[in-house]
Amino acid sequence: MDFDLSEEQQLLQETIAQFIENECPMARLRELFDDESGYDPVLWKGLAELGVAGIHLPGEYGGSELEVLDLAVVAETLGSAAAPVPFLGHVLATEAIRVGGNAEQQARMLPSLASGEHLATIAFAEEGGAWFPEQWSLAAPDGETGTISGAKEIVEFGEHADYFVVGLKGGKIGVIDRNAAGVEIQRVEGADRTRRIARVNFENTPVEVLATSGPDAARRVCDVGAILIAADAFGGARKLVDMSVEYAKSREQFGVTIGHFQALKHQLANMAIEIEPSRALYWYAAHAIDHVPDEGTRMASVAKSHLCGRYTQIARDATEAHGGIGYTWEGDTQIWFKRAMFNRVFLGTPRVHQDRVASLSGW
Amino acid sequence: MDLSYGEEIEAFRGEVRAFLDANWPPKNEGSKEEQAKAFRTLATEAGYLNRSIPKAFGGSEQQPDSLKGTVISEEFGRARAPMEPRGIGTMMLVPTLLERGEDWMKEKFVRGTIEGDITWCQGYSEPGSGSDLASLKTRGEIVDGQWVINGQKIWTSGAQTADYMFILVRTEPEAKKHAGISYLLVDMKQPGIDVRPLKQMTGSAEFNEVFLTDVKTPEDWIVGKRGEGWLVSRTTLKHERNSIGAAAGTLRLLDSLVNLAKTRQLDGRPAIEDPQIRRGLVELEGYVRAHQYSGFLQMSKGLKGEDPGLVGFMNKINSTNMGHMVANLAMEILDEDGLASPEGAGLGLVGDISGAGPWINQYMSSLGVAIAGGTANIQRNVIAERGLGLPRDAAANKSSK
Repeated sequence: MDFDLSEEQQLLQETIAQFIENECPMARLRELFDDESGYDPVLWKGLAELGVAGIHLPGEYGGSELEVLDLAVVAETLGSAAAPVPFLGHVLATEAIRVGGNAEQQARMLPSLASGEHLATIAFAEEGGAWFPEQWSLAAPDGETGTISGAKEIVEFGEHADYFVVGLKGGKIGVIDRNAAGVEIQRVEGADRTRRIARVNFENTPVEVLATSGPDAARRVCDVGAILIAADAFGGARKLVDMSVEYAKSREQFGVTIGHFQALKHQLANMAIEIEPSRALYWYAAHAIDHVPDEGTRMASVAKSHLCGRYTQIARDATEAHGGIGYTWEGDTQIWFKRAMFNRVFLGTPRVHQDRVASLSGW
Repeated sequence: MDLSYGEEIEAFRGEVRAFLDANWPPKNEGSKEEQAKAFRTLATEAGYLNRSIPKAFGGSEQQPDSLKGTVISEEFGRARAPMEPRGIGTMMLVPTLLERGEDWMKEKFVRGTIEGDITWCQGYSEPGSGSDLASLKTRGEIVDGQWVINGQKIWTSGAQTADYMFILVRTEPEAKKHAGISYLLVDMKQPGIDVRPLKQMTGSAEFNEVFLTDVKTPEDWIVGKRGEGWLVSRTTLKHERNSIGAAAGTLRLLDSLVNLAKTRQLDGRPAIEDPQIRRGLVELEGYVRAHQYSGFLQMSKGLKGEDPGLVGFMNKINSTNMGHMVANLAMEILDEDGLASPEGAGLGLVGDISGAGPWINQYMSSLGVAIAGGTANIQRNVIAERGLGLPRDAAANKSSK
């Protein structure tokens, strides 16, 4: 029994945290936040060189053959740093190719994605919050190749990705080159400027269907995504608690630091109480998806709904705990506040995941 | 991340199961109490109960092993076999005596307490000393070679029936607040002790007020030295925590709540089909699971001799918060029956309220949990100051002169 991270996992977190601190300190984060494009290919390439793009991919294609828990601890670290990088979409897209592609497709597609040479993202959502495979409506071609038409919403770093991994009717998954015919990419102004989004329209666009894709592979990708968002939410919420505590220790009013006041101490304690135990919840969900098959999907949704709910509330509390500065664009809390808004919606709101848990429980 | 217990522990589990298969439920005649007592003796001889207690005092004197302890709880729980009696005597007094008591005290009290022949009550809180326990005023002084105690204690569970009380009294009135307190043992069967039941908002009376007038106890019935009572009582408090056991209890409560929602009707259909109830149950499960896995995490850190960190301060308040959530959700499910008294619900005074009584009782008793053993606001202070490193409360600093 060792319900804890391994030394390797702890080292992985430290390495990435250090890299982000060096390569994307707050000043650089703010630049990217206010930037038109919001994507820094050098920063992402640097992370890919540390192995971040291929943690979960087979060794023969340049990956590290690790597990969802390893991806999740990285997601926590990136969430804590509010890192403006296309980790989530890229990792889920490559996971889809890993579980849905045949050997030939994997060998052809994965190496340049594992190395970070190319960027991929998932295009799953359709209008009206249709995130899940059973809701996907874009008709798949009969064979392995053909064309598709239709629109996908909330595509993370859709303006920057080289490949779209697209959810199709019946849980099939297809891969589309951004330069293919009939691809139209529209920027969408999301609140979270650390993870830009786009709407992507396809019109008679050539697609390659992943040979072994189907509802099971598609569900796995959604579940892994839910866990990574939960982990990101934990990292972000925990960071907001730390920021609020630090502010309370430095800001003075009435001649003392405001951390002396019990009203604020109790608010900060409540924030910590709301988030700290969830570290073990996202760990368990990540562990379960690989090792406890009966519980994996259900726990992914428990973790996603719980942590996104906690993150949005703590983001509000942390803003308040920072007083006036918390309400400004110049203040830093707004960056995490808006990541919480993204996390809440991406791959399904807490309400949707609660209903999913209820159905999976047979209620 | 390794959630298996390993070969050695699984072999141990097999032994425990074989023992339980052979011995529980018992085949011998007798009352439930006699059967439980005989079984506990066997289980102690086998090394499964009273593991931290020396053989000389009736225990099984096993090496501390939290994995084996967990396996024993799991297997005994599954077989519904009795474990150690969960009294204030076994949970708080015995560990304190073993760590701080004189040998004659261990010999006189430990065996009888763990076997259930000696019962205890705890004399800590006073009407004016709740969260600020160290301000207690009950006096103890030596008169003619024995302690004479005068004062009042409150929230004293089991005082009507207890054989003895372990009590905090002020013996050094000139010393600083915390340094003026001693930890004494007192025979409850003597004149001068007046026990008055204290009826709770639930309608039942688990607590008492205890008035002490010239109550006597021998000079050497003191644990630790004069003025060390506060420290001695802190040794006891650290024995109270068992986060994993608490999480298992909350999981069972969640299961019961799901069953309640399946059996109760709301708007003409099973309550479990109501979207608000369904989502409420999942939201509660998020907290319960987080608490449960945090228990695993804390145990794993403990096995490695590492500090559990911030989450180690949160077990009590997490239980409290989940109790509030259960209470509110149960009320939603009970709907109109939520106005019954616990007894009224039990008697079926209002509509079809089968099974409502325990939930209405929980609706109130969850507040008792929030307050007993350190209120939620005291827990928040501890988390803020010791967990988050925020400054100590200025008022509290001043009063500890």
